[in-house]
Amino acid sequence: MGELAVGKHVKYILSVEKRKDSFVSVVMDHIRMNGAYWGLTTLDLLGKLNTVDEDEVISWIMECQHESGGFAGNIGHDPHILYTLSAVQVLALFNKLDILDVDQIATYVSGLQNEDGSFSGDMWGEVDTRFSYIAICCLSILRRLDEINVEKAVNYIVSCKNLDGGFGCTPGGESHAGQIFCCVAALAITGSLHHVDKDRLGWWLCERQIKSGGLNGRPEKLPDVCYSWWVLSSLIMIDRVRWIDKEQLVKFILDCQDVENGGISDRPEDAVDVFHTYFGVAGLSLLEYPGLKAIDPAYAVPVDV
Amino acid sequence: MDSDEGDREPLSRRAEWSDVIPLPQDDGPNPVVSIAYKEDFRETMDYFRAIYQADERSPRALCLTREAILANPGNYTVWHFRRLVLQALNADLYKELDFLQQIANSNAKNYQLWHHRRWVIERLGADARAKELELNKEILSRDTKNYHAWSHRQWVLQALGGWEDELDYCHCLLEQDVFNNSTWNQRYFVITRSPFLGGLKAMRESEVRYTVKAILAQPNNESPWRYLRGLYKDDIEALVDDPQVSSVCLKVMNTKSNYIFALIMLLDLLCNGFQPSQEFRDAVDALWTSDTHPLDSDLAKAICYILEHVDSLRAGYWMWRKSKLPQAA
Repeated sequence: MGELAVGKHVKYILSVEKRKDSFVSVVMDHIRMNGAYWGLTTLDLLGKLNTVDEDEVISWIMECQHESGGFAGNIGHDPHILYTLSAVQVLALFNKLDILDVDQIATYVSGLQNEDGSFSGDMWGEVDTRFSYIAICCLSILRRLDEINVEKAVNYIVSCKNLDGGFGCTPGGESHAGQIFCCVAALAITGSLHHVDKDRLGWWLCERQIKSGGLNGRPEKLPDVCYSWWVLSSLIMIDRVRWIDKEQLVKFILDCQDVENGGISDRPEDAVDVFHTYFGVAGLSLLEYPGLKAIDPAYAVPVDV
Repeated sequence: MDSDEGDREPLSRRAEWSDVIPLPQDDGPNPVVSIAYKEDFRETMDYFRAIYQADERSPRALCLTREAILANPGNYTVWHFRRLVLQALNADLYKELDFLQQIANSNAKNYQLWHHRRWVIERLGADARAKELELNKEILSRDTKNYHAWSHRQWVLQALGGWEDELDYCHCLLEQDVFNNSTWNQRYFVITRSPFLGGLKAMRESEVRYTVKAILAQPNNESPWRYLRGLYKDDIEALVDDPQVSSVCLKVMNTKSNYIFALIMLLDLLCNGFQPSQEFRDAVDALWTSDTHPLDSDLAKAICYILEHVDSLRAGYWMWRKSKLPQAA
């Protein structure tokens, strides 16, 4: 089995800012906040968060905040719940949550809850269980879960439960590992895991492992390193992680590394990116790979945060 | 990429933009993650920023957002602003659908595009339904598992109707690819929610026949086995009593290939009171050729043991299943 090329991955993440690969960079502009979360959390898991300038990061983050309390993906963009969570998570990494006006953020997030308990991503109203997770995770970190109607939020998530035990983006939506992670984590954070049929879901999740050891997100799809996070963290939260072959999964993730230039890709031999680098390292952390900090499966930040 | 690119005239040279001062990207004094831009894109975004700051909701602003979106369809702020402009101009939203269809060709998994599409359809209402379902089929024809497209399709059906042909559509897609889990999910969605069908119980018998056919054609297919189980939602006794279900397990096991899901279904039946005839015992025995490790006399235990070995990635799961079986008297 290969090894985790820690040094190369750290170099890769730090070098992303200097990259002249213009098309990739261009696409990243408006989601820079997410990129910051993926890159910095990975560095923290590798024990190298101190290699970035904390003050620069934090001042940039605060410039992304709007009057409404929400954070945008970058300076000059509109606020959205996605970037609000990433901003809060990054500040948590640096243990700087105290600089936030928590009331303001709580107002923004709770304002996005709809009548049926679901959450919209922003003022334009897109609804998805991803946003339920984001709202719950964000407010929980800020200790303001009481600002939303938790019961309704939970009921909405439960309404998205399918017969295979999994969850979709909206009621009736196909079970998908990413959506499952969001729903299970939201239920875990709100103390509502009893709504999950753990045996049934656990089996669906362990069926995601294919011969190469990698995990897919739905039946008959290709494996992808990001599912190492979504499937694995879900299994851990419902206490069924013994049902997959951990060794094979570790091997798969390590095979997805670019050991020359650093970074991890979605599957072996493909191009790397920060998103998959984060999910690969986070997955290895969940698998207790030596030398990595432990990551919390529900909050998706290191346990010590 | 963008088909307009070849003949794009720089905005700085276009007369209709001469009054605008473009605003460069403010990355702050020390960008955390600085980005190198292509010149055209940089210029488009500089002009966009100016228009956005000035909140100019004009026809030229509409054109500019189009260019910005074509260059980078992930930029959600541009989409937001485009919606504001469309509203202000009371624009032709059918034309907007054509624009979206064009972008969908190369960006079918873009969240912003789908959300914008829904926003447009919400405004057009039931008149747009038929065309939208057709356009959606086009997108699915290029990627039949596109999660966004399916989610959108479900939303259109529930908000605007059009259920009548949906089951046929599912059948068409399953004929092309019986392994498509999204299609099986949609089939379930239709039989449980369509106002034109009788609901799950009424549809059950015909759906079981349909599913059994699909299973026999490709037994190594996860989706129809789950679908079969789903047809008996809260009625496990009926599942156990349905001879179609137990018999498809037997048939598949007797082929001695692609039998994993058949074994799993039989295990579930046994755990819920199914009384197997000798045929079932013989079929299971025939799948295990080792003399050194004979199978347990308890059929359910024997199945767990086989699965531990033939489905070894999930050995942990099968050992757990075995541990949960009632001990023999």
